[in-house]
Amino acid sequence: MYRIVRKEVLAPRIKSFLIEAPEIAAKAKPGHFVVVRLDEKGERIPLTIADYDAASGTIELVVQEVGRTTYQMGMLEAGQYIQDVVGPLGTPMHIEKVDCVVFVAGGLGVAPIYPKARRHYEIGSRVVSLIGAQNKDLLIMRDRMEKVSHEVRYSTDDGSFGHHGFVTELLKEMLDSGAKISEVVAVGPLVMMRAACRVTEPFGVKTIVSLNPIMVDGTGMCGSCRVTVGGETKFSCVDGPAFDGHKVDFGELIARQNRFLAEERLAMEHFTRGIAPEREECRCHQG
Amino acid sequence: MPSRVGRSPMPKQEPRERIRNFSEVALGYSEEDAIREASRCINCPKRPCVSGCPVEVDIPSFIGLIRDGRFAEAARKIKEKNSLPAICGRVCPQETQCEAQCTLGKKGEPVAIGALERFAADFERAHSGISLPGGLDTGGPHAGRSNMVGSCPGDGSGGLKVAVVGSGPAGLTCAADLAKMGYKVTIFESLHSAGGVLRYGIPEFRLPKAILEEEIAYVRALGVELRLNVLIGQTYSLDDLFRAGYKAIFLGTGAGLPHFLGIPGENLNGVYSANEFLTRANLMKAYLFPDYVTPIKVGRRVAVVGAGNVAMDAARVALRLGAEEVTIVYRRSRAEMPARREEVENAEEEGVRFALLTNPIRVLGDEKGWVTGLECIRMELGEPDESGRRRPVPIKGSEFIMGVDTMISAIGTDPNPLLPRLTPGLATGRHGNLVADPETGATSIPGVFAGGDIVTGSATVIAAMGAGKVAARGIDRYLRAGNAEK
Repeated sequence: MYRIVRKEVLAPRIKSFLIEAPEIAAKAKPGHFVVVRLDEKGERIPLTIADYDAASGTIELVVQEVGRTTYQMGMLEAGQYIQDVVGPLGTPMHIEKVDCVVFVAGGLGVAPIYPKARRHYEIGSRVVSLIGAQNKDLLIMRDRMEKVSHEVRYSTDDGSFGHHGFVTELLKEMLDSGAKISEVVAVGPLVMMRAACRVTEPFGVKTIVSLNPIMVDGTGMCGSCRVTVGGETKFSCVDGPAFDGHKVDFGELIARQNRFLAEERLAMEHFTRGIAPEREECRCHQG
Repeated sequence: MPSRVGRSPMPKQEPRERIRNFSEVALGYSEEDAIREASRCINCPKRPCVSGCPVEVDIPSFIGLIRDGRFAEAARKIKEKNSLPAICGRVCPQETQCEAQCTLGKKGEPVAIGALERFAADFERAHSGISLPGGLDTGGPHAGRSNMVGSCPGDGSGGLKVAVVGSGPAGLTCAADLAKMGYKVTIFESLHSAGGVLRYGIPEFRLPKAILEEEIAYVRALGVELRLNVLIGQTYSLDDLFRAGYKAIFLGTGAGLPHFLGIPGENLNGVYSANEFLTRANLMKAYLFPDYVTPIKVGRRVAVVGAGNVAMDAARVALRLGAEEVTIVYRRSRAEMPARREEVENAEEEGVRFALLTNPIRVLGDEKGWVTGLECIRMELGEPDESGRRRPVPIKGSEFIMGVDTMISAIGTDPNPLLPRLTPGLATGRHGNLVADPETGATSIPGVFAGGDIVTGSATVIAAMGAGKVAARGIDRYLRAGNAEK
């Protein structure tokens, strides 16, 4: 059992959990993730480690409520427990000092990016962060990102903050203006990462993406998270989650993300009925 | 003459009934069945059956005890050598091991040793509680520890600490044997529950999880500590374990890396590795979805590629999840199928079809990325290959399309590459397997031992248990030789 030390609401439906997991905190590096199972009947889901502190023995997970398990997790409070957390998993990102690294974050993608940006900042790379979301409320972890970036630019789909449009447009602008970029790290929804890779490809700028496909064990045993990279099948859980974005077959990955769409809807309905049983009891139309 | 009596058949659930549930298919002997079957043993002086058992169970003695109605004693007799009898009685391929050596088998049917082993273990569990060596009962997780007969080398605070990585058959056996010798053993398991392949691989209807729980409880009652959610290699390195005071380490991490066929279309939606399909069903209990949250999607028509026990398990799970038609697709003929005959029969009784001498060459899909069919080519058997089996050769122009919406690849697994990859100096062989001394289990790193599928590649539960036993002895010898100070 893993205790939730602190819970914070970062934005509507986006929550941060500080979790007591000293063994994981001691080993975590930027790019690592954990697999979480909330309770006995729960599914195993991968969550990127957004922050870690070996001294206090905690890791931070940032979760957006998009389905059955993330909704349930969102209902947990400080002092409560998560049944299983295993990690750190995956191959940590290789980070060495470069002249200029540009981070492109879409929505929740800020969370996986933060520890990587911080590390680059610490070792002396110039860090430019481009952070996009649907609207101003969904721009999370701004303070923290600003502390570990030399320059931050924002974009929102609805224009409520920063550039009105997609975050990848900011990236394109930078490249068009002739900015010298050593590498780009893009994390966010699959379509956003694909767009970022399309932007950088003509410029020949190395672009790393961090994938978050459907997993079960998270240790290389089931192949649920397989992805085609450079024509070869890779397992995101052990070979990744970071890959050369120009080599990733995003089309296939987007299709694979929809494998259990119908089941996910069913699970969500089952869950909502369970937490709001009064709906089933409703007799208002029974005269 | 008792030997003239025919072998008592194993009572089973009716096929039509059982494909609608996940309950155990084989129901086990009654006391009368067991005594009748045990009485068939002629107690031959050579005891060839014992030499057929990888963990050297004293088979004639436990059968004699069953014949005399001393069922609990029979279970204790088995446990002198085998810590997991209820499991072995169910999943061991006795027909190629102990029963293959049985004297009765030369002229007729061998004694049903597996069914009797299962009976004794089940009887003990149901009637007298699990017993510990030396007659100690299971009063708690560490009951009787101080009374343990073991005389292993100590460090002043009792037995030396040994780490076991992986809680599958090899790890559980090695841990149990070391605990019996008096060592303080901790098992590290990366999943959220113990058992390894017994948990994620073998379905409920072949090995009920309640049985597995009891066998694990027995190992813990011997004093073994179980740490779940710890992935050795990531959470702790082997050096971390040595630094934490473990004097020796056993690696029983198994063969969990699934093979894919390497044909086009394998990443389409509807293609599973058998590992993924079975893990969803067994470990995650997806057959109870949505009460259990993990989803599993089985289509109407399912092709399972491969013909080993795992393929049979996957096919039978697919049927139980509601597939209308399940076909085993295998490139060789019936005679070469690696699955146990019993499992093939069970699958056939349940309506699984067999497309033999058939090899998949391409998975077909629709524009949204879902499987619509499997293109196959017919095969014929040519000259024997290096495995001694006749090599399947494609018949030119015989391609055809099998209309399926799900394909499960059950063509085998390789040793888990994670730990060797993350541990410098750990020598591996051609298939990514760990290299270990067959006499002791010793690997290329002093103090690190290994056994089971991680060394041999995918094999049987009992072979892994045998390797766990060998390594326990190897570790004991290593530590007695004074290597603990290193």
